[in-house]
Amino acid sequence: MTLNTVLIITILTLLIYYLYSNKSKKHKDRFEKSIEYLLILASLISIAILSILEHSILYHSSKFFADHSIWYFFTGTQWSADSLTNPQFGALPLFVGTVMIALIAMSVALPIGLFCAIYLSQFASSKTREIIKPTLEILAGIPTIVYGFFAAASVAPFVVSLFSSIGVEVSYSNALSSGIVLGIMIIPMITSLIDDVMLSVPQSYTKASFSLGLTKSETILFIILPVASPAIIAASLLGISRALGETMIVLMAAGLRPNLTLNPLEDMTTVTVRIVDAFSGDHSFSSAETLSAFALGFALFIFTLILNTLSIYLVKRFHNRYRYSNL
Amino acid sequence: MKHPFDSAQLKKRQRKSMLFKSTALLMVALALLFLVVFLFNIASKGYSAFTQSYIYVTVDFSKIKNNPRVAIERQHRRVISNTWIRNLPNLIKENPSLKNETKKLWALANSEADQYIKGHDNKLKSKDKALIERLKKENRIKRKFNTILFTHGDSQMPENSGFFSAIKGTIMTIIITMLVGFPIGVMTAIYLQEFAKDNRIKQFIEININNLAAVPSILFGLLGLAIFINFLGMPRASALVGGLTLGIMILPIIIVTAQSALRSVPDSIRQAGFAMGLTRWQVVRGFVLPLAMPGILTGSIISLAQAIGETAPLLLLGMITFMPDAPTLVTDATTVMSAQIYTWSSMPQNGYIERTSAAILILLGVMVTLNLLAITLRSRFKKRFNL
Repeated sequence: MTLNTVLIITILTLLIYYLYSNKSKKHKDRFEKSIEYLLILASLISIAILSILEHSILYHSSKFFADHSIWYFFTGTQWSADSLTNPQFGALPLFVGTVMIALIAMSVALPIGLFCAIYLSQFASSKTREIIKPTLEILAGIPTIVYGFFAAASVAPFVVSLFSSIGVEVSYSNALSSGIVLGIMIIPMITSLIDDVMLSVPQSYTKASFSLGLTKSETILFIILPVASPAIIAASLLGISRALGETMIVLMAAGLRPNLTLNPLEDMTTVTVRIVDAFSGDHSFSSAETLSAFALGFALFIFTLILNTLSIYLVKRFHNRYRYSNL
Repeated sequence: MKHPFDSAQLKKRQRKSMLFKSTALLMVALALLFLVVFLFNIASKGYSAFTQSYIYVTVDFSKIKNNPRVAIERQHRRVISNTWIRNLPNLIKENPSLKNETKKLWALANSEADQYIKGHDNKLKSKDKALIERLKKENRIKRKFNTILFTHGDSQMPENSGFFSAIKGTIMTIIITMLVGFPIGVMTAIYLQEFAKDNRIKQFIEININNLAAVPSILFGLLGLAIFINFLGMPRASALVGGLTLGIMILPIIIVTAQSALRSVPDSIRQAGFAMGLTRWQVVRGFVLPLAMPGILTGSIISLAQAIGETAPLLLLGMITFMPDAPTLVTDATTVMSAQIYTWSSMPQNGYIERTSAAILILLGVMVTLNLLAITLRSRFKKRFNL
């Protein structure tokens, strides 16, 4: 049972449901009905398109897993998809590289994003807030290709010269520089999510805390942050999911070589980079390398789906809990 | 006597409080600093590409037989663009009276000389550097606005490469993207928000659409590759395939934003309409949609900006191929702005660094324009309806 089949069943059910429910309303005029059918059609098209997305990735990756061990794919340490004689598909180095870069990004984005949210929601006057928030959001609107160029042309040489000044040899395509730039990109997303939640923490909580004589920062640390903590976790999950799926920054600034290491100063590659790389040569569509890209895409899809669902659930639960307490 | 509340502990706590506040302020400053450094970095690298160096040289058209290079003084040949020299016979074709003349012309400097004149890193030989300095003193070097950047396609020579075919390709791709994404997305949103009954099925669909809005963009490239190119056999790297893929990519985003715009229209307006005996569609068309339209347009413009800046799915569709000519049909192989930036950024020559940065400035200019449009729409919406 996959998401895809569930969606197809949904479409059919929806169709039958509406054909059935319209029978009882004989007085509806024809025009009204045809408009409704047109809108249903559009909805069906978009649902169909989106289920085809899931289906096509699933189909091609199942073709890949028919020939290759799924166990070795997730635990193997050798990735040489472009080898002609003996291609190996152990994606563990790619997963480690991806997670590593995502974690570097989060360690930049989470503290900065969190403190920005604290400042915007607790300290800033509404006027400063109105200036700073859109300005920060510019960071989110910049295309990732621009960040990639910035990472490769400016941040990487800077990191290399910084570390060589203390006598450490660093590769130009190190994971650190792409992780830092990726983190900068994620800051506004984390800020706006946490800021949103912090504003909806019930005022009675903060008032009670002030009346007990706690200072502003103590109120934030001991009252607001614990209440908002599910949302902070949700924001981090969403940030990680965003970092896992990012392509251009890592493609331009991190390496192409699969490298199983935990040292952020070495070059690493990620799942997304391997997907792009698999299509850079002239391969037939059914070659193992091409299909392996679909398998990687499938893994990425599942990971990000889990993270997104979890974070949407956490935020929703938070809002449901405090929905009426601020009225 | 000491005030009872004026304890040493309180002072300590207040100091901690101040420290906390200044940490928060520092982080905001850091984030803003990133933005400033980033924009300054790109702008300082890219602004010089909007001018191009020209050198005043003597061209002896009578010497052009097979090799146009001999028409120019030997020492000048090394600092002048080869593409400019290759174009000299065409000048004679256009104007045959030039054939036996010797004329002084402003010649396009080649990339290395151009980089030297602008003071960037270059590989110019010291002999040629001296020549440039001499020419400078004789006022035979000038910098003009770079029209090549806006009128030419890509080229193997940095000085002759332009952004035109990428801009045209982007416009064609984005038109298709909007034709796919906007009508289907808005209609789906109207259906889900205004017509569909609120039941499990609708909630399930909404959750799915929300999830797809956060799926990594590269997966949409895989989809485009599998469906449009492999299954339907559409031409690779064409604006058609790129536009359709991006259209599908922004579809969930448009649905989500349009739905929230529709949701923000007060229910009292719908109820007033129903009370007057209007049908559901009449209420939607006459009242709900006009009120929600600025919100829907804002969301669409923002997703449009996202589609323009998107690169990863287009890489999979083959849009990074070398493309000197602008496309004429949607089925022609083409490149787009973001893909052109990627291609230039991986070129080894020095001249491409400033070209890349200039291309980024153009792309950011488009983004800023679109976002300003979205912001004005949003603020006008707020003023007009006071929602």
